[in-house]
Amino acid sequence: MTDTAQPAVAKAAPDTMAWDSGLRRLMMIYLPLGCFVLILLFPFYWMAITSFKPNAELMNYKEHNPFWISSPTLAHIKHLLFDTAYPRWLWTTMLVAIGSTTLSLIASTLAAYAIERLRFRGSPYVGLGIYLAYLVPPSILFIPLATVVVQFGLFDSPLALILVYPTFLVPFCTWLLIGYFKSIPYELEECALVDGATRLQILRRITLPLAVPGLISAGIFSFTLSWNEFIYALAFIQSGANKTVPVAILTELVTGDVYQWGALMAGSLLGSLPVAIFYSLFVDYYVSSLTGAVKE
Amino acid sequence: MSVTTLPPLALAHRQPSWLVRLFDYKPFLIVMCLAPAIGLLAVFLTYPLGLGIWLAFTDTTIGRKGVFVGLENFQYLLTDSLWWNAVFYSVVYTAIATFGKFALGFWLALLLNNHFPFKSLLRAIILMPWIVPTVLSALAFWWIYDPQFSIISYLLVDVLHWRSSNIDFLGSPWPARFSLIAANIWRGIPFVAISLLAGLQTISPSLYEAAMLDGASAWQRFRYITFPMMMPILAIVMTFSIIFTFTDFQLVYAITRGGPGNSTHLLATLAFQRGIAGGELGEGAAIAVSMIPFLVFATLFSYFGLARRKWQQGESND
Repeated sequence: MTDTAQPAVAKAAPDTMAWDSGLRRLMMIYLPLGCFVLILLFPFYWMAITSFKPNAELMNYKEHNPFWISSPTLAHIKHLLFDTAYPRWLWTTMLVAIGSTTLSLIASTLAAYAIERLRFRGSPYVGLGIYLAYLVPPSILFIPLATVVVQFGLFDSPLALILVYPTFLVPFCTWLLIGYFKSIPYELEECALVDGATRLQILRRITLPLAVPGLISAGIFSFTLSWNEFIYALAFIQSGANKTVPVAILTELVTGDVYQWGALMAGSLLGSLPVAIFYSLFVDYYVSSLTGAVKE
Repeated sequence: MSVTTLPPLALAHRQPSWLVRLFDYKPFLIVMCLAPAIGLLAVFLTYPLGLGIWLAFTDTTIGRKGVFVGLENFQYLLTDSLWWNAVFYSVVYTAIATFGKFALGFWLALLLNNHFPFKSLLRAIILMPWIVPTVLSALAFWWIYDPQFSIISYLLVDVLHWRSSNIDFLGSPWPARFSLIAANIWRGIPFVAISLLAGLQTISPSLYEAAMLDGASAWQRFRYITFPMMMPILAIVMTFSIIFTFTDFQLVYAITRGGPGNSTHLLATLAFQRGIAGGELGEGAAIAVSMIPFLVFATLFSYFGLARRKWQQGESND
């Protein structure tokens, strides 16, 4: 195998020298990269441009170039904000996302602290158990969870979502924060112990302030995940007013045979904006939490 | 801030009240710290998981407590062509979408690993499909796949003149299936690319320098350095990707709802249709439970098949 590859190696040698030549770099890097960006972003462009197009332009490609708007309109957004319960849905989604993020952050900070810092027998196994919970997909759980939610009398209430979302948020956040706590020198805590601080004071005054980047990463991740969640919200919420944005757009705005594409795309755009803005403020934290590269 | 809060700290230290002492008692503190997380997971994850498996063996419907019926639900599923259809499509969907995501995602990661201006901005932009709620981008795809006003059809028919008629993306089974797979790949590429990019950046450049000195070609450097070094992280990312692609729900529910003619049902959407929409909780739970063997198999396959050696970057790295 290596013998047959030998001639190819000899031929490739001058080739690698020319690697950085401009044209080749353009063809091998910038062109494919440009295609990727174009394809990955096109649906958003299409979504945005549809939201501002009047209906006449939406349905007529012969006279209007579909890639541009000749007479932009805010009619779809106005319809959404004033003729539907959209503001209410946004508010519910925000409430659920913030509530479940807060709950998961508290639960996972405490759990991560106990597992990583209060080391006890079996703490690695508790950590592993929590991590394994991340591998249980919501698609398997939503039917029994629906009956549990009904048992607790929480059916059709946003509170059900706030309590249920931590099941997929806590495992990830705990795992992320364990990594962060590991990177904080243990000596700092020992000093505080010698000075007579209690363990809770150590957590509050030493560990947590040092783990702020980790907390932010976990928070962003939780917020976007709860904002995006769909299947639980679809199964547990019945009344139109309590729905979250993704569910409401699909179940309340999709009506009849003629789809209101303008309004649908405007709803999707508005529903994506909060999470996109939130994300853009903390991109680096998000990327570091996504890749698990939490070593600072 | 710290100045104002210091006195009570000193006071508590001098005269520790029983409460402070209780919270400083390690076993008690461990229990208190673990209680919220373990409690939430036990009530809303472990218990429903067990309950789901129990429900799969009963004939429960919405509003009526069922009785134990043994394997009846599963026997029925084995004779149900819709279930077989969903199994078939779930496997096809997962296989093609995972392959596409990893081939394209790996390529994108390799591209992003080069030096060029505005790299972090580009990385942020590329993650957008992953950030935006799946259902909302799925709606955009639904609109892109519109039978009459599809922009892709417009491009192919009116601009490029490659076709004479519009493509019917979602009207017949196979085009609908591949349209959904394309949307899934589109959504999955950023996650794979960014995760693999993180892996690529951990490979020491000295390895490539040594290989270049030995006269290795670009392909050989990829095949004998990049690929083996990426195996561990590839295995992890692929395990996750397979689990969440196989159990996907949102894309299919938003774009086709299992149609046309039930041809694009995944197991998750079929479980929803039977269990929640149809009210047959027992049968829906049985469909959901029937995903577990596939998931276990896929996980074992991707984890042990790819990570022949143990995950080298584990433990010491995180």
